[in-house]
Amino acid sequence: MMVFINLYLIPALALGSIYALGAVGISMIYGILRFSHFAHGDVMTIGAYGTFSAVWAFGLHPLLALPFGIALAVAIALLADRAFYRPLRRLPTIYAVIASFGVALMIRSLVQLIWGPQNQVFQVGVRMPLVFFDSLRISSLHLQAFVITLLLAAALQWFLSRTRTGRSMRAVSDDPDLASVAGLEPERVIRWTWIIGAGLAATAGVLAGMDTQIHANMGWNLLLAMFASALVGGIGKPMGAVAGGFLIGLAEELSTYPWIGSESLVSPSYKSAVAFVIMVLVLLFRPQGLMRGRLL
Amino acid sequence: MDLYGLAQYLISFLIAGGIYALLCLALNVQWGYGGLFNAGIAGFFAVGAYTSALLTAASSGGKHVGGFALPIPVGLVGAALVAGVTGWAVARICVHLKSDYLAMASIGISEILRMVIVNEQWLTHGSLGIANIPRPFENWATGESSAWVFVVVVWLVVGASWWFCNRLYASPWGRALRAIRDNEEAARAVGKDVDRLRLQTYVIGCALMGVAGALSASYFKFLSPAATDPLLITFLVWVMLIAGGSGNNRGAVVGALAIWAIWSVTEILTARLPPDWTARSSYIRMLLVGLLLQFVLQRYRGGLVPERSPPLRFDDSPSKPAP
Repeated sequence: MMVFINLYLIPALALGSIYALGAVGISMIYGILRFSHFAHGDVMTIGAYGTFSAVWAFGLHPLLALPFGIALAVAIALLADRAFYRPLRRLPTIYAVIASFGVALMIRSLVQLIWGPQNQVFQVGVRMPLVFFDSLRISSLHLQAFVITLLLAAALQWFLSRTRTGRSMRAVSDDPDLASVAGLEPERVIRWTWIIGAGLAATAGVLAGMDTQIHANMGWNLLLAMFASALVGGIGKPMGAVAGGFLIGLAEELSTYPWIGSESLVSPSYKSAVAFVIMVLVLLFRPQGLMRGRLL
Repeated sequence: MDLYGLAQYLISFLIAGGIYALLCLALNVQWGYGGLFNAGIAGFFAVGAYTSALLTAASSGGKHVGGFALPIPVGLVGAALVAGVTGWAVARICVHLKSDYLAMASIGISEILRMVIVNEQWLTHGSLGIANIPRPFENWATGESSAWVFVVVVWLVVGASWWFCNRLYASPWGRALRAIRDNEEAARAVGKDVDRLRLQTYVIGCALMGVAGALSASYFKFLSPAATDPLLITFLVWVMLIAGGSGNNRGAVVGALAIWAIWSVTEILTARLPPDWTARSSYIRMLLVGLLLQFVLQRYRGGLVPERSPPLRFDDSPSKPAP
């Protein structure tokens, strides 16, 4: 039982936190801009690398250096929107999807060009897990990831339901025509979408990087699971995306638990296929997602 | 470089260019005719490559399944079939949903196929790869001259696919497909089975991608997971088709050759740089290709050779009574 909690459940929640933070951005960008942002994983990567540089330059703890990473990711996302997505806004959204593939590749090449192709770590050395009640062992990193995600989700929920900007974002997401008739500025709403989406993605990137290491493909490798999370939660529903992220994280980690006999149920090398299978099941049986999101 | 070396270079350029042209034609059927998004070209390419490699390679002595040493045409047909069936499975799930879903699902299936290829040693020999894949007519032409034969084979296949795709484009089937692409509701209203036509398009495109994979495995005579890099296949093929002009087969082939020329010539140039710079320059190259794609998307959406609708034809013969 303790093995299950320590080695499967807690890491699953940490992984779910990363997916949740990434999926929120994907879901919101879809809600507001109506296209699937395939460069979102790479925005995550550049956020992690920005933080890495600040850690290295100022000797800060990764979480204290996080604002630098967020700033870099937001800047890149706004720049990409201005240069590559905005000119295509009047066309069918599939052109923006193609453009986002290009942006994904460009960000990745930029990362490899600046920081090199090798793996990097934020901190060296082994950290001892926190021990509760003699047997519950929780890595402080996993605890941090989980707590940070819950706090950010709560803050986002407050922002979307209590502030003027947040409410106008929800209005645009629900009905863009009505929102523009009501005099909401779409470009301002779009700007905020990128700021929130990229900021959360950068945070997710740093959490993922602290858990293992950072490399140029880290974000791209997480992209499919993040899409699955956004889809499971219901596209355009940020809180749905958070729930979807935890669901996918739990499903991926728990599928490797030896439920039957002593072998892993799903070999760990196929862990990321679990997200895909769930995505397919959702597409087949409930394409609007758990939270009744938008049907693309 | 002497003349012989130049000719050899040209041959290898034309072989790779031909394989890319085939991929572009395949993507053009999916995207250009049908408006279907495929972000997993590398996956279908890999399925075709592995199917044909397992069918045609000489026996591996039990290192992996296969090595049936079957004739090459069997390998090509097998590649088309297996890749087509894989495409069918993907399209079946999400062809009736918006293109974004197809993009996600095709990336997903292509990543999972990569996982299978790397992990299932018994099937694919993992990262060690499959060796001894034959080229066509190797009994008559061995060594360097087999490349001369191979370039002809590749372009014969490209020519046949070109003819096939043009027939598709001009056929009632192709017209219905373009009607769907341009105005789905109208096509549905006149009674076209939209999902069925889309499914067929996707399968045809995937089968052609499988053939391209089979040719590439046969060209390199060796196949490992590194040969199915999504960057070099999926992404480059998209840039080629968009730059060449989607919806139009001439554009697809022109785009494939033009972008492949840029890609391989810059590779020659950067290979002369000091080794420290060679690695970096490949990233700069990728960055520039990404920029090129954005530029074309914004300024030249029609591509080098834009699509032109076939002329209207009126039957001038004395009017026959309608049946």
